[in-house]
Amino acid sequence: MNSIQKNRLKDQLFKVWGIVCTLIGLILLVIFIGDILVDGLQRIDWSFITSLPSRKAEKSGIYTALMGSIWILLLTTIIAFPVGVAAGVYLEEYGKNNRFSALLEINISNLAGVPSIIYGLLGLEVFVRIMNLGASVLAGSLTLSLLILPIIIVATRESIKAVPNSIRDASYALGASKWQTIWNQVLPASGGGILTGVILALSRAVGETAPLIVVGALAYVPFAPSNPLDEFSVLPIQIFNWISRPQAGFIENAAAAIIILLFITFIMNGIAVYFRNKWQKKWK
Amino acid sequence: MRKIKELVIEKSLLTSALITIAITFGIISVLAIEAFRFFSEVSIFDFFTDTQWTPLFTDKHYGILPLLTGTLLTSFIAISVALPIGLSISIYLSEYAPKSFRRTIKPLLELLAAVPTVVYGFFALIVVTPFLQEIIPNLSGFNSLSAGIVMGIMIIPYVSSLSEDALHAVPGDLREASFGMGATRLQTAFKVVVPAASSGIIVSIILAISRAIGETMIVAIAAGQQPRLTLDPTVPIETITAFIVQVSLGDVQHGSIEYRTIFAAGITLFVFTFLLNTLSYRIRKKYQEKYE
Repeated sequence: MNSIQKNRLKDQLFKVWGIVCTLIGLILLVIFIGDILVDGLQRIDWSFITSLPSRKAEKSGIYTALMGSIWILLLTTIIAFPVGVAAGVYLEEYGKNNRFSALLEINISNLAGVPSIIYGLLGLEVFVRIMNLGASVLAGSLTLSLLILPIIIVATRESIKAVPNSIRDASYALGASKWQTIWNQVLPASGGGILTGVILALSRAVGETAPLIVVGALAYVPFAPSNPLDEFSVLPIQIFNWISRPQAGFIENAAAAIIILLFITFIMNGIAVYFRNKWQKKWK
Repeated sequence: MRKIKELVIEKSLLTSALITIAITFGIISVLAIEAFRFFSEVSIFDFFTDTQWTPLFTDKHYGILPLLTGTLLTSFIAISVALPIGLSISIYLSEYAPKSFRRTIKPLLELLAAVPTVVYGFFALIVVTPFLQEIIPNLSGFNSLSAGIVMGIMIIPYVSSLSEDALHAVPGDLREASFGMGATRLQTAFKVVVPAASSGIIVSIILAISRAIGETMIVAIAAGQQPRLTLDPTVPIETITAFIVQVSLGDVQHGSIEYRTIFAAGITLFVFTFLLNTLSYRIRKKYQEKYE
């Protein structure tokens, strides 16, 4: 075999290796989801969703944890969505090209890389202790809002950047002010991209466990929260709690709760991808 | 009137942007204040040299080294998995794969990073550890090996996505010149494209390392809660993040030394990830200038 053939062979081998690598992660994900479905699917019924947690595995349900997750999702959206989009709009439309905005940019890029558990420590000290909110849904939502703020800001900036300048110029030419241009032209034009980013950020918040454990969310709550200052649990913490128990029945419960958590996560990701595709088509 | 309204809006948008500065300030001051209180009771010398970490026992030792080696060990295993696979994926997708395949597979791969980490923890403990125990009989039920491997699978898309972006940004004429010299795609990829995209690839690796160091739930579930100074991947260990979770789950009094240990552990973690993130930001900025 001469060196040309050898090189061609290597080239083909790497191609096969590349396909194997690309598929291996996905195959593992499929195996894993299949395994979870086998373990947990027969456990899911209406009473599993509507029952309170219990010491007996077969009587336990996810009602309080699911309600806690829904509360967290709603409050986090209310807090993080307006602040994140506003900050993104400021950075992209107002604060450009000065040293201050460069500082903001470095800062946001750094915040995006801070481990989520550190946000938990921040929330524990500031929201739980200093602001005296206790281990409440509100304290948890504020903590998660800070965590996903950088993601929303970056997504907002990216989609605003994609709006062609001709749209802004046309609006100014008709006598619109800067804010009128942003509100009536730029934001509607970039809405799909912003929404995609916000939904992805929220799906991250729904799956977060560590910062909420640090803030003091409970593994066992007898009631679903009824106001923002109530104690709470969330699905991932309920799953974590069930995984740490040795009895067999709880592993089934954990698998069943994982199915529901994954369902929520994948639905949110699906919606986000849908918005992204719809929005991309519009600009091409 | 219109000018006033415009000004008010601009200032309120600015306030939102300033919140991000407040977060950084908050993180640093909270960690620094509690860690300062911690170090007024524990000598900083012991913190870095003592080889035992037992703040929850009666015989208390405050040596961060066991937690640090635990963190570095699991991260090292994760990177050993994610780096070769992630880089191969990025080279394959950018240099070999048809465009349509690339467009469908990339969002699917990113799904790997969207799965909640507590789910990966379940995977590591219930599926991977029993499987590995068949190959390595003396593997303990909690170990850094399976936690590290699963964490590696999770961070594959961090390496592959960013590296692929970097490879894709390399101008096509470099490739054509190489093909023109008779090089194969493989030779072109490794001798021309990868070196040209090296800074972007390095950034993706640094971010993946930073992500692995800060990962919490997988190691809290599958790697154990036994801080020990070892590089043996088959025994239970504890990472910095898992320790913070362990203390948070218990009933620790605010203001006690146990409460402060989690901030001392937290600031150690923060310093590591901060340095890595800053480094990657620097490289990224430099690399952007190079291409524009």
